Amino acid sequence: MGKPTGFLEIVRHEHGYAPVAERITHFRDFVAPLPESGVREQAARCMDCGIPYCHRGCPVHNIIPDWNDLVYRGNWRQALEVLHSTNNFPEFTGRICPAPCEASCTLNFNSQPVTIKDIECAIIDKGWAEGWVQPQIAAHRTGKRVAVIGSGPAGLACAQQLARAGHTVVVFEKNPRIGGLLRYGIPDFKLETWLIDRRLAQLQAEGVEFRPNSHVGADIPARNLLAEFDAIALTGGAEHPRDLKVPGRELGGIHFAMDFLTQQNRRVAGQKILEADILATDKDVIVIGGGDTGSDCVGTSIRQGARSVTQLEIMPKPPAHENKLLTWPDWPLKLRTSSSHEEGCERDWSVATKQFLGQDGQVTDLQLIRLEWRDDKGRQVMTETPGSEFNLKAGLVLLAMGFVHPVQEGMLRDLGVGLDERGNVAASTADYQTSVNKVFAAGDMRRGQSLVVWAIREGRQCARAVDEYLMGNSELPT
Amino acid sequence: MRLTCSPPSQGLYDPRNEHDACGIGFVVDIKNRKSHQPIRQGLEILANLGHRGAVGADPLAGDGAGILIQLPDAFLRAECATLGIELPAFGDYAVAMVFLPRDSLVRGHSEAALQRTVAAEGQIFLGWRDVPTDNSCLGRSVRPTEPVIRQAFVQRGPNCPDTAAFERKLFVIRKQTHHAIWDRELLSRQPFYIASFSSRTLVYKGMILARNLGVYYPDLRDERLESALALVHQRFSTNTFPSWELAHPFRYLCHNGEINTLRGNINWMLARRHNMRSEQLGADLEKLWPLIGDGASDSATFDNALELLLAAGYSLPHAMMLMVPEAWSDNPLMDPKRRAFYEYHAALMEPWDGPAAIAFTDGRQIGATLDRNGLRPARYLVTDDDQVIMASEMGVLPIPEEKIVKKWRLQPGKMLLIDLEQGRIIDDDEIKAQLAAAQPYQNWLDATQIHLKDLPTEIGPMAPDQETLLRRQQAFGYTQEDVRAFLNPMAVTGEDPISSMGRDIPPAVLSDRPKLIYDYFKQKFAQVTNPPIDPIREELVMSLVSFIGPRPNLLDPYSAGTQKRLEVKRPILANVDLERIRRIEYHVDRAFRTHTLSICYPVERGADGMGRALDDLCREAADVVRHGDNILILSDRDMDADHIAIPALLATAAVHHHLIRTGLRTEVGLVIETGEAKRVHDFCLLAGYGAEAINPWLAFDTLTASLSSFVPPLSEADAHEHYTKAISKGILKVMSKMGISTYQSYCGAQIFEAVGLAEEFITRYFTGTQGVIEGIGLQEVARETVTRHKQAFGDAPLYREALDIGGELAFRIRGEQHAWTPETVSLLQHAVRSADYRQFKRYSRAMNDQRDHLRNLRGLFEFRFANTPIPLDEVEPASEIVKRLATGAMSFGSISWEAHTTLAIAMNRLGAKSNTGEGGEDPVRYIPLDNGDSARSAIKQVASGRFGVTAEYLVNADSLQIKMAQGAKPGEGGQLPGHKVNDWIARVRHSTPGVGLISPPPHHDIYSIEDLAQLIFDLKNTNPKAAISVKLVSEIGVGTVAAGVAKAHADHVTISGEDGGTGASPLTSIQNAGSPWEIGLAETHQTLVRNHLRGRIAVQVDGGLRTGRDIVIGALLGADEFGFGTAALIAAGCVMMRKCHLNTCPVGVATQDPELRNRFPGQPAHVINLFTFLIEEVREFMARLGFRTFDEMIGRADRLDMRRAIHHWKARGLDFTRLLAVPPTPPGVATYHCEEQDHGLSGALDHQFIAQAQPALDARQPVRFASMIRNSDRTAGAMLSGQIARRYGHAGLPDDTIHIDLNGTAGQSFGAFLARGITLELRGQANDYVGKGLSGGRIIVCPPPESRLRAEDNIIVGNTVMYGAIAGECYFRGVAGERFAVRNSGAIAVVEGAGDHGCEYMTGGVVVVLGRTGRNFAAGMSGGVAYVLDEEGDFDRRANKAMVALEPLNDLEETLKTPMLPEHWPDLAKSALPEDGLGHDAQRLRILVARHYLHTGSEPARRILEQWREWAPKFVKIMPLDYRRALQDMQVKIHAARLEEKADVAVGV
Repeated sequence: MGKPTGFLEIVRHEHGYAPVAERITHFRDFVAPLPESGVREQAARCMDCGIPYCHRGCPVHNIIPDWNDLVYRGNWRQALEVLHSTNNFPEFTGRICPAPCEASCTLNFNSQPVTIKDIECAIIDKGWAEGWVQPQIAAHRTGKRVAVIGSGPAGLACAQQLARAGHTVVVFEKNPRIGGLLRYGIPDFKLETWLIDRRLAQLQAEGVEFRPNSHVGADIPARNLLAEFDAIALTGGAEHPRDLKVPGRELGGIHFAMDFLTQQNRRVAGQKILEADILATDKDVIVIGGGDTGSDCVGTSIRQGARSVTQLEIMPKPPAHENKLLTWPDWPLKLRTSSSHEEGCERDWSVATKQFLGQDGQVTDLQLIRLEWRDDKGRQVMTETPGSEFNLKAGLVLLAMGFVHPVQEGMLRDLGVGLDERGNVAASTADYQTSVNKVFAAGDMRRGQSLVVWAIREGRQCARAVDEYLMGNSELPT
Repeated sequence: MRLTCSPPSQGLYDPRNEHDACGIGFVVDIKNRKSHQPIRQGLEILANLGHRGAVGADPLAGDGAGILIQLPDAFLRAECATLGIELPAFGDYAVAMVFLPRDSLVRGHSEAALQRTVAAEGQIFLGWRDVPTDNSCLGRSVRPTEPVIRQAFVQRGPNCPDTAAFERKLFVIRKQTHHAIWDRELLSRQPFYIASFSSRTLVYKGMILARNLGVYYPDLRDERLESALALVHQRFSTNTFPSWELAHPFRYLCHNGEINTLRGNINWMLARRHNMRSEQLGADLEKLWPLIGDGASDSATFDNALELLLAAGYSLPHAMMLMVPEAWSDNPLMDPKRRAFYEYHAALMEPWDGPAAIAFTDGRQIGATLDRNGLRPARYLVTDDDQVIMASEMGVLPIPEEKIVKKWRLQPGKMLLIDLEQGRIIDDDEIKAQLAAAQPYQNWLDATQIHLKDLPTEIGPMAPDQETLLRRQQAFGYTQEDVRAFLNPMAVTGEDPISSMGRDIPPAVLSDRPKLIYDYFKQKFAQVTNPPIDPIREELVMSLVSFIGPRPNLLDPYSAGTQKRLEVKRPILANVDLERIRRIEYHVDRAFRTHTLSICYPVERGADGMGRALDDLCREAADVVRHGDNILILSDRDMDADHIAIPALLATAAVHHHLIRTGLRTEVGLVIETGEAKRVHDFCLLAGYGAEAINPWLAFDTLTASLSSFVPPLSEADAHEHYTKAISKGILKVMSKMGISTYQSYCGAQIFEAVGLAEEFITRYFTGTQGVIEGIGLQEVARETVTRHKQAFGDAPLYREALDIGGELAFRIRGEQHAWTPETVSLLQHAVRSADYRQFKRYSRAMNDQRDHLRNLRGLFEFRFANTPIPLDEVEPASEIVKRLATGAMSFGSISWEAHTTLAIAMNRLGAKSNTGEGGEDPVRYIPLDNGDSARSAIKQVASGRFGVTAEYLVNADSLQIKMAQGAKPGEGGQLPGHKVNDWIARVRHSTPGVGLISPPPHHDIYSIEDLAQLIFDLKNTNPKAAISVKLVSEIGVGTVAAGVAKAHADHVTISGEDGGTGASPLTSIQNAGSPWEIGLAETHQTLVRNHLRGRIAVQVDGGLRTGRDIVIGALLGADEFGFGTAALIAAGCVMMRKCHLNTCPVGVATQDPELRNRFPGQPAHVINLFTFLIEEVREFMARLGFRTFDEMIGRADRLDMRRAIHHWKARGLDFTRLLAVPPTPPGVATYHCEEQDHGLSGALDHQFIAQAQPALDARQPVRFASMIRNSDRTAGAMLSGQIARRYGHAGLPDDTIHIDLNGTAGQSFGAFLARGITLELRGQANDYVGKGLSGGRIIVCPPPESRLRAEDNIIVGNTVMYGAIAGECYFRGVAGERFAVRNSGAIAVVEGAGDHGCEYMTGGVVVVLGRTGRNFAAGMSGGVAYVLDEEGDFDRRANKAMVALEPLNDLEETLKTPMLPEHWPDLAKSALPEDGLGHDAQRLRILVARHYLHTGSEPARRILEQWREWAPKFVKIMPLDYRRALQDMQVKIHAARLEEKADVAVGV
């Protein structure tokens, strides 16, 4: 399998990007993929490990060595089949996944990992281009009806699997368009929305019914669904953002990241913006929070023409390189520089916001203080460094500090599902059942904020659990 | 059986597992002159073979000894007269030697029963004689079993016209009496046994030490007791339960060796019952059944079968040729008539295969024969007063040299026969030529033999469309791995695929996945008690020929002249072949009629319907045979959506056994047409349970569908042929692992054990197979089959487009469970690298907690913790426990220098032990490092390749481990490909860089248990301080082997589990051979305790140990010590790539690539942390269990329990009662290692040598002294060599510093590991293993001056001479036995003739043969050079040219120009040998011949030197091809280096 000495002969070669000056002028994708021959050569680096750590490192358990080998041998179509057998939406993960698989690639231990994500993306892109992606319409219908609430990656994966098992699936989405976080939370320059539309067509052909603008718990009483459906899967995400409760928080110009990003995505899609514009244009932008969402805010701000962009992180600056001996094959804590960072932004670490200062109800400055971190019996403890206060100018502040838990008002309250200690919907990964009979939960709504790939995994596993619940057993793969 | 105190099977002890091997001998007066002398000499032979026997816990209880003599008429007549019995004329009466119960009442019944039978059969009972015995010499443990021994006298009745008829009748009476008594419940536990019952011979035997035989039976010392012959035997049993009736000789023979195919032979004998008719025996034949008492030893069973053949009219030699045929197939040297004889007889009976030296007699003829591979030693001599003395070794009787007229050996497949009535020796050629000419066998063959390939081509079926194919594959359990890792590679390469590392998936019975029934069987393999074979290098003894169809009547050897027989060259049938068989009826005069029987049944009957379907199938099969069809094809081609196929193996075994039981089996041929068989293991099982041929139709269809994916493209025919070839080779390999040479005897031999099958299920369908843990039955097997069928024809999305992923070979989430996963590997590595015990506990929890998924048997164990645990600080400290731990044997070569030394340094810092593995050790490691570390491995392994095993290596060990088997590939050798042999490795292994190295499957000095005892003795002599360990692999019966090992004086035994790792092995072996260590360890401990041997030997377990809990379970099941291989490697950085065999290990562990070695991340500290954590965990368990010391814990299986609530649908049926049985321990019986072995070194001749050589040892002063030597002086020179190696290393002393002149017959292993500086000059002769491991010394053996023999025509040294020799010189004035200079790495030898397999696996050195060689010379020879004098010009046919070229001497002309006068010879002899290995052949040869002449005075050497011009051209040079290439490469390199030097000089650098 594969080329036994490929990893010794071929160096890692990733996809390229359009130049910064060019790409920040638009909101479109700017990745320059490798040619097919280059992808095949990269796939030859896979070592066909006796224990493929990537396979476990990947939350959907992509069978990476198998499709790497198939790509190496030019057997793309079969590679696509193997890929689809674990992942409903490789075109999404192939673009926006942080690729824990590559962190756990055996080659990452002492060399450069295989470009797994690029290969995944190449397989599915080729699949669409060649017309190999077809709806898989169930031969038999079970007559069971399942409601899936929330059309993000978890909901869509769940819906697709259930439809393929022959169930009648209705997806409820509170927004005007289907796709949830995929459509609204991820900037177009990272994931263009036509990719989502293309996949939705497949789901629709497989029998999934989409109901946008249907806010369960608001427009639609959640309890009604209990009567109407044989099972309900809650996949509404973890949308309750973490706030920064410091003096001055009420000032104008301070927004949650997701509000900012969502607006821009709607703008790109040509949708009307009902509320006031949140724009970075000609402003000094401060992004609080050093994660991926923060990074998306950086890229979006730059494209909107911000005067300056600064990203702040409360945690200390991570090391440039992890200690592989102690981290591999796990996801390491290390300094990551995204394509957005490359487009021009300042980053600062170990910084806490003391208060927002403003004028005329608009934020003008942030008062900050430096922190010191130390290890206390395995726990990181911080103390403020006396006298280290400083100010930063700010015209727009974006809070990208993650999400606390799902929105509990409305649907969850109505249904009365139990919550776990973190405020997420309580359900185990063994059966995804909530405390309420025939109600299931998956994705961020169940596990808290996470990656798209985790949402897909949970959606798939939840679908199997629902199928088992409805039919007594299930042949759906997980 | 009955005359034994061996307990019925209890716990894991099962008397069926006993093995034995022995010393045999006979003395005969050719002229049939009767006297007391042969008897006295026989007893003397026994006394002198003492070292070949064994002594158990009771020093006076040997394993049995006996003597067979001619009926001593005068003595008996006189004795009877005193009893008032008047004997009729000699020949008209017979004597039964009877062992009777001590209880007089029961004895009376037994006697009456015998008398009744005698009368009923029309003979006249004359009376009883009490045989005097003196039981003062019996062992304590034997006395309770001592029978009353009486002789019964019976007169020939009127219904027997002659002695032959009388003998037949006696046979019938004996059988009938045994049955009558044994079948009666009351007596079943009472001893009754007729040792002999004949008018010609008489047997005295018992559980007596060999030297005491004459003490126990005063008769034997009575001068009136006269015979012209005496056949004697001394037994070495693996077990110590005394068993009177299993002592040899039996009625006709005694045997040294082992019948590997016994189960199959017994089955086939049983199967023939209804097909046998005998004119001679007539109605009496029916009275003989059951012919073979179940549970008898292999030798007893052989004797039973032989007796039947003789009774039916076969002559003794004829019967022996039938049962133990020579390797006739593809032997170009065999006379065509003899070949025809063998080929004809092959259809009559399958060979009784295995290592065997059998001595036999009927009182009128006496002889001996050797198995086809010559695996047992047998030497004989003839005296000028017409005596022949044969024995396992020479020197057992003091015969004056001048009286000897011939000294020879029994050669492979050959027979020695003395006819006392004719008064002459009949040699092999004459007997066989006579028998071969007795009938027109070739004509008969021509008339009846049908070769499948000669039948007209039939049309084969076409492969179906992709979707149908997929469905079928799924229903028959195909996985993606089957196609990717087995079928496709086999189609491309024609080889069984290779992989690496060990198996870490659950046994089938614990798997959540539906497994094929093949997975529940494990291949058995040979270890210690019989040798595996090398099916590649020793192909000449192997045969895949199979006969399909009814068998001729065994008892009418001439009937087959009319019966047609269908022969296939190999048992794998192509589709067209199967069609030929299906329609054979229309082509061969209706001699064959084939019937195809479908093994499928309607799907709606479901899993529950399989039982009935099987019953129907068996009934139909029997009906078909009764109806007259004589080839039965069992077919699953009808499997489809509506029909489920019964697993083909189950159907085959069920039908095979049903036909055996109904006595119909030999009337029909059984052919299997199946979609199920795909891997080698599958075919082996089908064969093992009776398939005469197999057509794997779906495998062929699968390959056809894959054709387009092969690069470069393959034709369908090629793909199928390669696959068939790969499977065939694989089957040969599996057969050879058990030491079985022919498919015919493998077929039906059931060489498997069941792991996880219910006893009831086995008994019904796989009758006679062993299994110890119960498990699933038909219901579960059926359920698995139905599950697969549903997957295939159901709608599951996963299986719509693709096969199941498999996941057995590489971890896959959807596949099989593995112990080593991304999670467990990374947890362990992070734990040891960060020294974090909490992290380690997470690791061990992940390994140990098997509630969700079972992974191994111990996952089902629970502890019975103490009610009150003891405080942790009261538990034995870690510093003590650590001494029990070791790393596994991994060679430098298989793993990198970095990995190897990391393990060694870590273990040395800890005070534990590391293991060199096979492949020597760089002496630089004997010197401590600057920081105080030591990279010396405490355990030095001695494996079959003997690479780098020098005296120096041996003395630098704390422990010497003899590797009999390896968990991942028991029964196999190994191979280090040339590209992995770099300069460094070559230096350590004493070989040539770039030349591949082969380790043979067997140790060529261990073909049986007493050979192992000899090697242990050799090693102990060389290094008396080292503990000697023997490494075995878990399989049923390993406990009895271990008992034998303990009796062979090993200090230590390792039981490896099947999960053990490897650097490269066929997948077939990694996956399917050996059993879990839990089973093997428990059996070993229980057997050792029962035998009172446990205290003498330390028991180590390894092969898949991973946590502290594993150690504790190992201890509770009986282990003192523990080995960690894979886990230690993982701690050092291994990530289980399973790429060791490809040299591409990306973490530098298992590779020699310098760039990859740089990536090695391991540090000794990591390994130390692992072991520290393990011990901590052990101590925690000990505290909870309430054990303060480790010793208390050993063997306490009562503290283990099987988990109560087992919900797993398959595991539910398991029963660990036998596994967890605790053997009773009377006071004083040890249950852990706490005693010392007595190695018997005190009597070694070397003590005297050492004393006399003191000036040389202390001050390098030359010494010369003389000594007598005899056959019981074994391993002479080794202890002295050890002393030299300790002081002077491998360099030793200057040449000839110690010169020892010896006179007499040297015992085995003369000059073993002889160090440089010693010369042993022996006048006399030597036995086997001369110069084993020769480490620089010189050995000279010549006949004594008084000998009148032409030395070059007589044998001077025995078998396997210079095995593993490293350096030094040997000069033998005479002929050597088989396997001369096997695995020679660098020594020089001159000999005047050699047996089969000379220079096999040789990698270096020079061998000169001044005479004939046997067959298969230079097989597997990869280095060194040999020169053979080919006077008759037929050497070409004797050499195995697979790896060598035969050439003339390349500098012949030059030497012809420089004639040498005798006065120049001494100078010539002193000159150095030319170094350049590529040239100077004649020069080198002439020097060696001159040396030979000067050392031995050899006549042929003188002739050659004198007439060099005439003789030199007759020499053939044998040059290994790889070696030549490597030497040329080296020359190029040296040349290039010189040029560079010159260039440097030129530019003035």
